[in-house]
Parts: sequence; C-alpha cells; structure tokens
Amino acid sequence: MATTTISQDPKWWNGGKSPFNIEYGKVMMWYFLMSDAFTFGAFLIAYGTIRFSTNGWPDPNEVFQSFPGLGSGLPLMFVSLMTFILIISSVTMVLAVKAGHERNKPAVVKYLIWTIIGGIAFLGCQAWEWTHMHHEGAWWGRNPFVNADGSASTTNFTNFFFTITGFHGFHVLSGVIINIIMLIMTLTNVFEKKGHYLMIEKAGLYWHFVDLVWVFVFTCFYLI
Amino acid sequence: MSNEAILHGQTTGHAHDADHGALDGHHHHHESFITKYIFSQDHKMIAKQFLITGMVWAILGGLMSVLFRLQLGYPDQSFPILESLLGKWAKGGIIQADAYYALVTMHGTVLVFFVLTAGLSGTFANFLIPLQIGARDMASPFMNMLSYWFFFAAGIVMLSSLFVETGPFSGGWTAYPPLSALGSASPGSKTGMDLWIISMALFVVSSLLGGLNYIATILNMRTKGMSMTRLPLTIWALFFTAVLGVLSFPVLLSGFILLIFDRNFGTSFYLSDIFINGVGALPNEGGSAILYQHLFWFLGHPEVYIIILPAMGIASEVMSINARKPIFGYMAMLGSLFAIAILSFLVWAHHMFVSGLNPFLGSFFVLLTLLIAVPSAIKVFNWLTTLWRGNIRFTPAMLYAIGFVSMFISGGLTGIFLGNSALDIHLHDTYFIVAHFHIVMGVAGMFGMFAGIYHWYPKMYGRYLNNTLAYIHFWITMVGAYLIFWPMHYQGLAGMPRRYYDYSVWESFKQFTDLNRFITTVAMIVFATQLLFLFNFFYSIFKGRKVKSQNPWGANTLEWTTPINPGHGNWEGEIPEVHRWPYDYGKDGHDFIAQTVPVGASESKH
Repeated sequence: MATTTISQDPKWWNGGKSPFNIEYGKVMMWYFLMSDAFTFGAFLIAYGTIRFSTNGWPDPNEVFQSFPGLGSGLPLMFVSLMTFILIISSVTMVLAVKAGHERNKPAVVKYLIWTIIGGIAFLGCQAWEWTHMHHEGAWWGRNPFVNADGSASTTNFTNFFFTITGFHGFHVLSGVIINIIMLIMTLTNVFEKKGHYLMIEKAGLYWHFVDLVWVFVFTCFYLI
Repeated sequence: MSNEAILHGQTTGHAHDADHGALDGHHHHHESFITKYIFSQDHKMIAKQFLITGMVWAILGGLMSVLFRLQLGYPDQSFPILESLLGKWAKGGIIQADAYYALVTMHGTVLVFFVLTAGLSGTFANFLIPLQIGARDMASPFMNMLSYWFFFAAGIVMLSSLFVETGPFSGGWTAYPPLSALGSASPGSKTGMDLWIISMALFVVSSLLGGLNYIATILNMRTKGMSMTRLPLTIWALFFTAVLGVLSFPVLLSGFILLIFDRNFGTSFYLSDIFINGVGALPNEGGSAILYQHLFWFLGHPEVYIIILPAMGIASEVMSINARKPIFGYMAMLGSLFAIAILSFLVWAHHMFVSGLNPFLGSFFVLLTLLIAVPSAIKVFNWLTTLWRGNIRFTPAMLYAIGFVSMFISGGLTGIFLGNSALDIHLHDTYFIVAHFHIVMGVAGMFGMFAGIYHWYPKMYGRYLNNTLAYIHFWITMVGAYLIFWPMHYQGLAGMPRRYYDYSVWESFKQFTDLNRFITTVAMIVFATQLLFLFNFFYSIFKGRKVKSQNPWGANTLEWTTPINPGHGNWEGEIPEVHRWPYDYGKDGHDFIAQTVPVGASESKH
C-alpha cells in the first residue's frame, strides 16, 4: 500500500503523527471493512450452521445450469462469467488507484469507467439470474429445487441464497454508486485541487473487499 | 502526516474553525443556535447531547422498572392512577400481563443500549478522547454528528413503539425467536417488534459511525509525545470499547436481517416445527432458534464489556486523581483491558448453557468464562492497591469510583457461580442472574457514569455540581442498590424465576411477598433520588458555583490545560506537547506533575 509521505522519524507511535503514516479516513475504512467482514462472516456461518444441521441440500450443479441465450445444461457457466467480470473490475480498480498515485487524471477517468461498467455488468447478471430463478418458482420462502438425493428440500436453500447474494449485491450497488461519485469528483477536478487521489484509494479498498466477499459467497453457494 | 496536518488538511469543512480557534479562542460569533446546539460538530457539544439524551432515556427506563416493580410488590392491589396514566394497559389500576412484559422488555433494551452504551461511551468517548489525547476534535466531526443523530432517530422510533395500538415489543430485550419472529405470538410481536428492529438497526449504524471515529482519532490524532503508553486509562478503555462495538454489532445486524426476513418474507431461518394456539401448525421447516441466540450473544456478551470498560477507565482515572497516587500497575491495567476485550468474544455461549447447546461445547465456554476472572481480579486488586495508603479526597466522583469497585466485586463474584454450566442448570433464568447482571453491569455501569459526570462536569459546563446534593445522591443510591439487588440472590437461589408476572400465586414463592414489597419500596426511593441528581445537574448548568481554576482537581491530563470554557478547537494557540505519563501524583515531593511538564534532570524514575 503506497503512502503519500515517508517521515524520517522512526518513533511512529509517539504521537504527533499517524503511526501507520496514513490519514484517518483510511484507518476508518480498514476498520469498517473488518466490521463488514463480521457481518458477512455471521451470514455465512449462519448458512453453514443451518445447512449442516439439515439432512439434504440441493446440488448447485443442478440449480445453476442455465445461460441466457444458450439454454440449460451448462452448470456454473454463467456464475463463472459473473465472477470473472467482478475480478476484472478489481483489476481495473487497481489501475485506477495506480493512475491516481501518478496524478494521471485521464487514466483515472478511463479505469474508473471500466470499473463502473464491470460493476453494473455484474449486477445485471445477478438480476438475470434472480429473475430466471424466480420464474422457476424460487423466492424467499419458496424452494422448487429438490435435494441432491431427490428428497424434498426445506426452503432454506433459497432463503439463504437470496438473502446473502442480495446483501452482497447491495454492497456491489453501493460500490458502483461510490465509484460514480469518485468519477464525478475526478471529472470536476476535486482531487486535482486537493493534490491527491486518496479518496480513490479508499473507494478501491471497499471495491476489493466486495470482490473478496464474493469469492466466499461464490464458494459457499455454488461450489460446495 | 502530522496530527495538525490531518486536522487542517483533511477535514476541510472544519479546518477553518480549528484555525480560527487557534487564533483567538473565541469564534462562536458566526455560529447560529442550530449549528452550535443542534447540528453541532463540536465533540464537546455532541458529548453533552449524548449525555442528556441518555439521561432522558434513563428516567424513562427507570420509571418503567418502578412500574413493573409496583406489580411485583403489590400484585393484589389496584392503583387507579396507573389507569389514568397507562389507559388500557392498566385496566382497573392493575398493570396487565402484556403491559408488564412490555415494560420489562423496554426497560432492558433502553437501559442496556440507550443509556449504558450510547449514554455512557457516547458521552465520554466524545468528550474525553480529543481532550485527553490532545486533538482539536474527532477525526471526522461530521460523522460524529451523524452518529448522534442516528442514535436520536433510534430513540424516536423506539419511543413511538410505546404508542402503537398493540404496544411495544414484549418478548424480552434479547428478542428471541419465535416470540420475536411471529406476529401471532403476542400483541407486542406485531408492529412493536417491527419498530424495535428498525430502532436497533439505526442504533447499530450510530454505534458503527461513532466507533470508527473513536478508533481513528485515538490511533491517528494523538498530540506530540502522547505515545500509546502515555494515554490515560480512560482512553485505553474507550479504545477497546470502540473495537468491541465495531466488531460485534455487525453480527447482531446480520441476526436482525435474518429476523426481518423471518417476520416479513416467509423464510424459516429461526423457525421450525411450530404450532400456535388458534393459528395451527406453521409451514416453516429447517430453521434453528438457537442460531439466533448465537448471533445475538456474539454481540450480547461483548456488549456487557462495551458497558463496563468505559466505567473501568473512568474509575481508574478518578481514583488515581483523588487518591493522589499513581494508578497501581498501569501496564497490568492495560493488559487486563486487552485480555478482557479478547476473551469477551469467546464466551458468548455461557448465556446459552440450558438452551439446548451441546453440553460438551458448553464446557469450553465454562473454561473461557472463568478465565475472565483473572484480568477482572487484576483490575480489582490494582484499584484497591491504588487506594491503599492514598491521600484520599472523598469527592462525589471518588465515592462513585469506589462504589463502582464495590459493585464490580459483588457482582463479579456471582459471575463465577453463573459461569459454571452445572450450577447454571439451577441458577439460570432466576432472580440470581437478575441480581448478578444488575450489580455488575447495570449499577456498576451507572456508577462509572456518575463518577464521570461528577468529575468532568466542571470541564463540561464551567460550573460545579452541588456537593451536598451529590453526597445525598451517592449514599442513597449506593445503599439502595444493594438493598434492591442483594435480596434477589436469595430469591434466585430459592428458585424464583425471572420475568414472571405474579409470584403470589406460587406456593413456593409466597414467602417472598414481603421481600418483594421491600425491594419495590427501595426501588422507588432510589428512583426519586435520581430526580434529585437531575435537579442538581440542570440547576447547576445555570446557577452552579463557577469554576475559577483551570485545574480544579489537580489532575495531570490534558483536558485541564484547556481554558475553563474551551471553544471549538479546545486549545487557544498550539496544542500542548506531552512529556510524561498521566499518573505522576505525589512524586518527588510534588502533589502532581501535569503531562505537559518536561521531565527534569534530577527526577526519579517511576
């Protein structure tokens, strides 16, 4: 994590300066992300608790096997595309942060736009998947999918799926909105006047966190 | 980046204020009533807002306890005045069962969250952190203001739930499903519970905004020379409190989100195999009510330390100042705070020993729970050794700090009983547990708060509280608290369950009729005494004796180097530099040596 100034004084914790050599906003962001990690952690642990105390569970390869335009029979193809899009958007975010360090405004604008497009594309995919599942009869409190062994399933598969992916999608949506605000602030030269692009870095931390959470959500719902 | 650079460079909206304060120290001329008293971004004003809002809630929550104590003390008597006050909830002057449960639930929720969390750490974190670490304000004064207003909004929503037709939530402050998840379970589980969840969600946001600010401020904005081991113990305590809040409240929020879905969207996260009289069998399958308890107590246990840690910090500080002695074992105090903060995350299931939790798992939680006795005992011994051979000044604040230690010992010892899962089979859900947590968390937390108010009131308002009223307030509260809660231990050991509406119908508990009446009487006296404190508080804001000296208690910490009525920005001119720890009392023949005094060449080492 690059920082703005490097002080020569080695006594970091003696007061009068930030011990991490970063401004308060980034300290807050890190602590917020820890807090948010506990929110998602609680969700996923709740999911695990219920799932492992239930006799059977639907097979994700059976449930998630459709691709828009290509029909069904393609297990996990669509979600792989979604995941790929989100990870690529993380890469473009890194490039935007890097461009910010170099005070390269046009590059910041370019990569922010790509990140926003990636985020919107992910949300679009999620909307399609939700709609598709809804047409199949799935919703909160309704589960048309049977267990992997063919026995009747409880509704908790769809309950947890929609709640947790929905909560993650809500985070992606906030991330997109934050990135749009960053874009507007870049275009209106707010950061040029401030002399640094630290805000982009903080938005980037949030965006990477949301991507990281998706890796866990993806693993828990689609792979296991 | 320096503390000053952060203040002036980052908080752009506020920087000119601080600059201005630095220049002439009198810069309120451009502040309107609204920006100064309502949407204030000055941490001192926000602290007062938290304090006064907390006091309003303390009175409401205390009044609720007086009302349900009336029912417990006089179950067979009618009080017509209650009917005119509560209407249908006290038909014929007798508090109805639903109203009784609602009162108990609201009393718990309000006191735990609104008074002892927001009112205690909200007040003193906001007030003390910038003043004691040497900062002009919080890292983000704007977020700080939002934190208060989210708390305020949470309060408004909770208050409004008292007035809905089906009444406020009545299933206990822990809001266990299925009572909290099914509207058909009880009247209070309908609209009242929806409002309860909304209010609590707003409260979580408030706590998060505040906590992030406290952490960032303490880490980043200490003045020059204020190393972490020169921080007053109040700041360390508030720091761990904020970390606990930031890491535990989100888990509660997750639990609440699942609960909202169970209530409104037909899910079964917490529900399985339920039959309701008059409704029939419910379709919900596969959920687990114990899951909610895990999520709740993962917050719920750190929450009790969120309440008690600030009180510990305040007691340590007040005690050292008024014993005119350095705090005994500063590093041990700090280490035990840290140990408590870590352990508080690992003991939550001791609230669930009899809920159906695997007894084998329970035994681990017994071990971890009993481990907390070690840092707690370290703290107690350090307080006692701080008092030992001290030159004690019995100010009201000091009395409350000593009272805090007394309460913490009495309530802590019963915690050792309750931490054993085998004993818990007998003691759980009895008055023994009610006595335990009221003494160790409720009363001790309130005592820490009173110690803080009496001690820092001169800094808050530039005036003193009336000492005579303060002594009356202390002695009645202290004696009264023991008279109320001590007998409850006996009731609990005799098996008297908590949360029952009327004990007089049980042959086993008829023996406690007079005792219950006695407790109720004392509770009313103690409640009335708190009104005396309120009078003292508000009267002294306007008419109290004026503070003439910059440092009335002869204390070492930085807040006493500010002007008597500090403006926004706290110090006129430069922020002072710190050269020593805050506990140099009675050293080398000096009564006290402030933190700003450089270490002399001939000075002895501490």
